[in-house]
Amino acid sequence: MSVALLSSILIDGTAYAMILFMVTVGLSMTMGLMRVVNLAHGAFAMLGGFLAASLPQRLGVPIGLGFVLAIAAVALVAVLFERVLLRRFYGREDLDQMLVTIGLMFVATAAVNLMFGSSVTSVALPEAFSGSVDLGFRAIPRHRLIVVACGLLVVAVLWLTVDRSSFGIRVRAAVDNAPIARAIGIDTTRIYAATFAIGAALAALGGIAGAELLPMEPTYASKYLVILLAVVAVGGNGNLFGSFFAALLLGIVETSMKYMVPQLASAAFFLTMIIVLLIRPQGLFGRRA
Amino acid sequence: MSAVSPPIAVAAVPSRLRPWTQLRGEIVLTLAGLLAFVLFPHDLGLLTNMATMSIFALSLSLVLGQAGIATLGQAALYGAGAYVAGWTALYLTADPIVGLLLGGLGGGAIALLSGAVMLRSTKLTLVMLTIAVAQLLLELANWARWLTGGDDGLAGFDIAPLFGVWEFNFLGRTGYFYALGALVLVYFLVRHLVESPFGLTARAIRQDPGRVQALGGRVYLHLLAVYTVGGVVAGLAGALTAQTSKVANLFMLDFATSAGVVVMIVLGGTRRLAGAVLGTVAYMSIHHIASTLNPYHWLFFIGSMLIVVLIVLPEGLIGLLDRAAAHARRLAGHGGGR
Repeated sequence: MSVALLSSILIDGTAYAMILFMVTVGLSMTMGLMRVVNLAHGAFAMLGGFLAASLPQRLGVPIGLGFVLAIAAVALVAVLFERVLLRRFYGREDLDQMLVTIGLMFVATAAVNLMFGSSVTSVALPEAFSGSVDLGFRAIPRHRLIVVACGLLVVAVLWLTVDRSSFGIRVRAAVDNAPIARAIGIDTTRIYAATFAIGAALAALGGIAGAELLPMEPTYASKYLVILLAVVAVGGNGNLFGSFFAALLLGIVETSMKYMVPQLASAAFFLTMIIVLLIRPQGLFGRRA
Repeated sequence: MSAVSPPIAVAAVPSRLRPWTQLRGEIVLTLAGLLAFVLFPHDLGLLTNMATMSIFALSLSLVLGQAGIATLGQAALYGAGAYVAGWTALYLTADPIVGLLLGGLGGGAIALLSGAVMLRSTKLTLVMLTIAVAQLLLELANWARWLTGGDDGLAGFDIAPLFGVWEFNFLGRTGYFYALGALVLVYFLVRHLVESPFGLTARAIRQDPGRVQALGGRVYLHLLAVYTVGGVVAGLAGALTAQTSKVANLFMLDFATSAGVVVMIVLGGTRRLAGAVLGTVAYMSIHHIASTLNPYHWLFFIGSMLIVVLIVLPEGLIGLLDRAAAHARRLAGHGGGR
């Protein structure tokens, strides 16, 4: 294998993996922390992407500010959704949670089609993101580097908030024993809403950053649903580093197959997932329930 | 109406009444099928699809509704049956019955093989494995074009006349009665299975696998048996679809197909076989009407319907019918108590 091929695989694979990570980490958090399966999670990424594509123009603001507004809007929608619908399904069977969120995904698909049309929409990136960086032996598209940097930043910030801050301690307390957490004055309802909003915002960020690799279209949420779920399952629920390494593993497996045997790239992706889950049903870093 | 009883199955008491009372479901199904034939003679294609999809839904009702095996990959078994029926017609024999039975075996074989490795997992891991197996089959079928026709699907096969007498022609009458007959027969067989000790054990496992284990039941083997039988039934449905539509394609293995059939049984009522048929007919009727307008309107409609059913009607449409029937009995003074 040549150096050029290997570096292409590593760079593209890592960039793809970081996008998978950003989109799925919120899903992993809600599943691990709140014990609720949200198959509509991809819809947050989709909504983020579409808003990022249209807001800067419609509001006449700089692209970067448009992105921030798009992410904030998605977080707001997520909180509404959690408060109005999803919390009715806490504690119900997995299957009911899956189905109600599949229903929601259908509705979101129809709504996005209504608002933005059914064609593929590209997200215009700021100029600083285009072009390439010369590393001496080869040039790397700057966009890829920024995506990787974004992913690393997200994992660092999440690690600091979940593992190191008082917010993180409250979240873990609310998860491990909600009644006791409430008894000592932790507002679990608010913690859940905040966790959910952060997850959705990250999905929106991933959707925007990854729009080049996973194009924005109304069927986005269902098209990539299975891939997103695979990352979460392989990573293990609610585990930050699990999600991160699962995304890396699956992203690089699929990308390397795309370079070598493209017809079997998806098959290799799912085969990897099956093998991991057979060896470790709780995922790479998951705790046994 | 939020006072819904906990999800403990009311054990279907095998009635020791006259045979026609026992066969009530089958009789209603046959009459409804004949009535549909008379009322909608120009929609035989759709009616045939309803019958084959009802069989598919029955397989899921057995696997998920009775045994509680959460799966979003039932399309793997359905698609396997469809391709096997297509290959049978292309390379072996044009006889429909042989193709149907081999299709059933194909679905059962995939279920047995994949179930043997998957069913040691539970909950979300199991769901993910079922999805992954179906996706893997889909990718392999897409790749093995020489065998499956890839994107174009497997077509160009002929089906010989049913029992050597009735031809499958463009009118679609033979296809419809063939599918309806198969549906009634499968319903009869699955109902017997569900009412047998085998079915009772399956329900017990759904409610408390630990206790079944403690009582000496072999949970894993039992689930594998249920999953395999479900695979045979799903394979039969796939084979029937392939034979009556003369094509087997990748969509039959798609995640959307798996998700669609779950939605069908949830709409109808997960725990009851009749719910599977009712849900399928309701789903496909709505689909037929709504998708002629715009595919996205269809998604909106089915999505909101799913949400509403899950919130206000956890037992599905069949639960609604039950309540209506109980109400009617009370009004008639028969005392609605069971």
